[in-house]
Amino acid sequence: MPRYTFKEFKSDQEVRWCPGCGDHGVLAALQRALPDVTEALGYSKERYVVVSGIGCSSRLPYYMNTYGFHSIHGRATAISTGIKVANPDLTVWQACGDGDALAIGGNHFIHAIRRNVDINIILFNNQIYGLTKGQYSPTSRFGAISKTSPYGTVEHPFNPGSLVLGAKGTFFARSLDSELKLSSEIMVAAAKHDGCSVMEMLTNCVIFNDGAHKLISDREFRADRTIVLRHGEKMIFGKNRDKGLVLDGMGLRVVTIGENGVTEDDILVHDAHSENVGIHMMLADMKYPDFPVALGIIRDVKDVTYDDGVRDQVAEVKAKSKIQCVDDLLRSGSTWEVK
Amino acid sequence: MQHKVIDTKDVVIRFAGDSGDGMQLTGSLFADMSAIFGNELSTFPDYPAEIRAPHGTVSGVSGFQVHIGSEHITTPGDYCDLLVAMNPAALKANAQWLKRTAMVLIDSDTFDEDGLKRAGLHNDDPIAELHIEDRTIIVAPITTLTHESLKDSGLDHKTVNKCKNMFTLGMACYIYNRPMEYIFQYLEKKFGKKKPELIEPNKKVLKDGFNYAANIQAIANTYNIEPAHQPKGLYRNITGNQATAWGLLAAAEKANLPLFCGSYPITPATGILEELAIHKNLGAKTVQAEDEIAGICTAIGAAFAGNLAVTTTSGPGLSLKSEAMGLAVMTELPLVIVDVQRAGPSTGIPTKTEQTDLNQALYGRNGECPMVVMAAHSPAGCFDAAFNAAKIALEHMTPVLLLTEGFLGNGSEPWLIPSMKDYPKIQPPFARPNAEYKPFRRDPETLVRKWAVPGMAGCEHRVGGLEKNHDGVLSSNPRNHEVMVRERMEKVQKVADFIPELEINGPENGKLLVVGWGGTYGHILSAVQEIRKEGQEVSFVHFDYIMPLPRNTQQVFEKFDRILVCELNSGHFVNYLRGVMPQFDYNQCNKVQGQPFLVQEIVSAIKGNL
Repeated sequence: MPRYTFKEFKSDQEVRWCPGCGDHGVLAALQRALPDVTEALGYSKERYVVVSGIGCSSRLPYYMNTYGFHSIHGRATAISTGIKVANPDLTVWQACGDGDALAIGGNHFIHAIRRNVDINIILFNNQIYGLTKGQYSPTSRFGAISKTSPYGTVEHPFNPGSLVLGAKGTFFARSLDSELKLSSEIMVAAAKHDGCSVMEMLTNCVIFNDGAHKLISDREFRADRTIVLRHGEKMIFGKNRDKGLVLDGMGLRVVTIGENGVTEDDILVHDAHSENVGIHMMLADMKYPDFPVALGIIRDVKDVTYDDGVRDQVAEVKAKSKIQCVDDLLRSGSTWEVK
Repeated sequence: MQHKVIDTKDVVIRFAGDSGDGMQLTGSLFADMSAIFGNELSTFPDYPAEIRAPHGTVSGVSGFQVHIGSEHITTPGDYCDLLVAMNPAALKANAQWLKRTAMVLIDSDTFDEDGLKRAGLHNDDPIAELHIEDRTIIVAPITTLTHESLKDSGLDHKTVNKCKNMFTLGMACYIYNRPMEYIFQYLEKKFGKKKPELIEPNKKVLKDGFNYAANIQAIANTYNIEPAHQPKGLYRNITGNQATAWGLLAAAEKANLPLFCGSYPITPATGILEELAIHKNLGAKTVQAEDEIAGICTAIGAAFAGNLAVTTTSGPGLSLKSEAMGLAVMTELPLVIVDVQRAGPSTGIPTKTEQTDLNQALYGRNGECPMVVMAAHSPAGCFDAAFNAAKIALEHMTPVLLLTEGFLGNGSEPWLIPSMKDYPKIQPPFARPNAEYKPFRRDPETLVRKWAVPGMAGCEHRVGGLEKNHDGVLSSNPRNHEVMVRERMEKVQKVADFIPELEINGPENGKLLVVGWGGTYGHILSAVQEIRKEGQEVSFVHFDYIMPLPRNTQQVFEKFDRILVCELNSGHFVNYLRGVMPQFDYNQCNKVQGQPFLVQEIVSAIKGNL
């Protein structure tokens, strides 16, 4: 099989996101990840399907030279589920925003995760409704000022990570729109993961919510305010790689290596494959300024997938059944002959 | 008393009791037994919305009506010849459905002070209170007799109580001269492996019921209903929901595609999802979705991925699916949407039948959003209707909305089993791999686009809810939009070239044409036949296809002075016809009670128009 490059995954359509929009970075990361996925898993290009709902980020399928489905608001996850169950040989990617996946499509989102359908969901989280020009979203912080909350919101946001883990998610990762390499790495891992993979991309809306993630994403202090988690590695972060996370009672605590007798040995080692969701939940929930925001793959555990389950059950029942065609079916059970 | 055996052409029997009394089973056993005996028949279960409503109350009454005959039977019958009432509530709820000559069989053990009170009856003579003194009332202590029959069986009190329905069934077998072998076989099969100790007691009660009826002096006449002269062949009983599911399986086989059903449970459509869930042996994939919207959206995804995709629902669910139905129209994907109509609006009366979703089916979407709308006209007819819906969807790349009704879905009738070799192949317009593919270029004749499914190399393309041009590129160009709107409409209209023309029952011209659609077929047909028996001439056409209409509709209508449209709503179809063909004079016969027509209601409407 020929080695693809990102060019083969780029469609001939003009990309119409605003200059400076965070979505460009995620698209680029995906176009760079798919050749690696293709090579690692032996897929051919026609097996990719990119599905989306409605919103700025949901334009993404048009920019991918693959099969694509730009559906209706909130329903991408249900459509992805149908595609994957109908043909488990396809590899399904989904682009959706925070409003699309967590407000109008919240139900489909949690149920796809619960069922562990083998689809890869890229959740673009810019904490705003951009396409409708600036209303608050279910991830906007408490008190956020927007066109529909001129005096500030009076509702709590969802943290997508805790929602995914609460719904028994088997894969959750997080990246920043500007971290192309990390985003691509996550996408490859998501593709390799059998089951529902959710990748939260913290994206910036330059027009309606500029700087929403600035406090953690700014180059100047990104290293001190985020931590990139890698399975099997110590949870160490900071410009000087001198900060780390330790368990303190029932919770996590940030410590400085070399202070108060803390050594590198005290720092936790990340186990993304641990069945126990407790620590993953704590990591996904970490917020600035008390904690660094966790990036990378927070959880990646094995479990049975829905699409395999449906397919295997059909095969199993078929193999055992006396009814092999519709004529058999019509004549099965209680019948009588009129002579 | 002199016992007489009377030959009769048809009888209607209604079994009614508490919703836990097993009346649905008793009724269906009686029906199955009669079918095997060779009678024509039609059944209609009339059950409450509550699974177990308060014991002994009118709201908890469950009924099963069966109409058997030696000639063609097209409806479950208006009024009954025999009512079996297992308690006072069942009698109260059904007294209105008695023929003047009817027999009523009641379990006197339940007619105590408490039972009468629960039924909301006020004095100790319910027969007088319900004004049915002129009917033949057979008072039998069925509960006591069942216990007496099984006193040596060793069964506990509760289990013995559950055998009461066999006692009544035995009595009904005596009254209508039914052979009981079929029921013996049924009992052996049902209890054979799991509870063999229940076989003999049930048989005994059944026989004791039969003998009791023969011995008491209260039953003056018994009845013979000769086998009907049916076409030769293998028969089975089938409900509309089962036939719908099987028709879809048949279409998947003929198209050589996997069947995918994404649905959410809703009364009275759930039976289709349940039936398909059983038939994984034929490759059916069922997804019980998280909601109605996910039901249709998973199906749309499956259609995109190349399956025969189906979603099934009832009125409120159809409302929820509206936006996604628009997506299926816009993406021009094959999809079958089955709506088993029930009484609305909103939650309405979920277990009762109606035809009130037609407007929604035709118009209930945003934008210019045409799709094929069809209707099934009998329980067994649901098989062909579902098959044809799938064939049109797959060959014309369009969503097809198939309307059935609670009356059809739950009703059953004997069905001469067809052979799949008599059904046509289904050939979807698949694209060719690695050939130039533009998703919305159309066949010039049919305006149907080609279907490229993921996995087909070289045909990668994008579909979606946004307007596109023929090449599949997004376009908000005003002219392009108008062209695409028109083509989507014309594509649906052109389906008329592939569907059967209307067949007129009766003369080709005359004073009055009676028109119906959907599940009212049997009632209208019976009414028309009754009018003819009285020496008047009337013609009848029934629509299985509503959008588009059969090509000869106008030609047929032209030959009549007046058109009478009968439907179980306030006039959806008649108003649609008025819009399409305003030149004709339409009268209407409507009923919106959550109940099927009575044949007599249509007969009077016809008379009023002759």
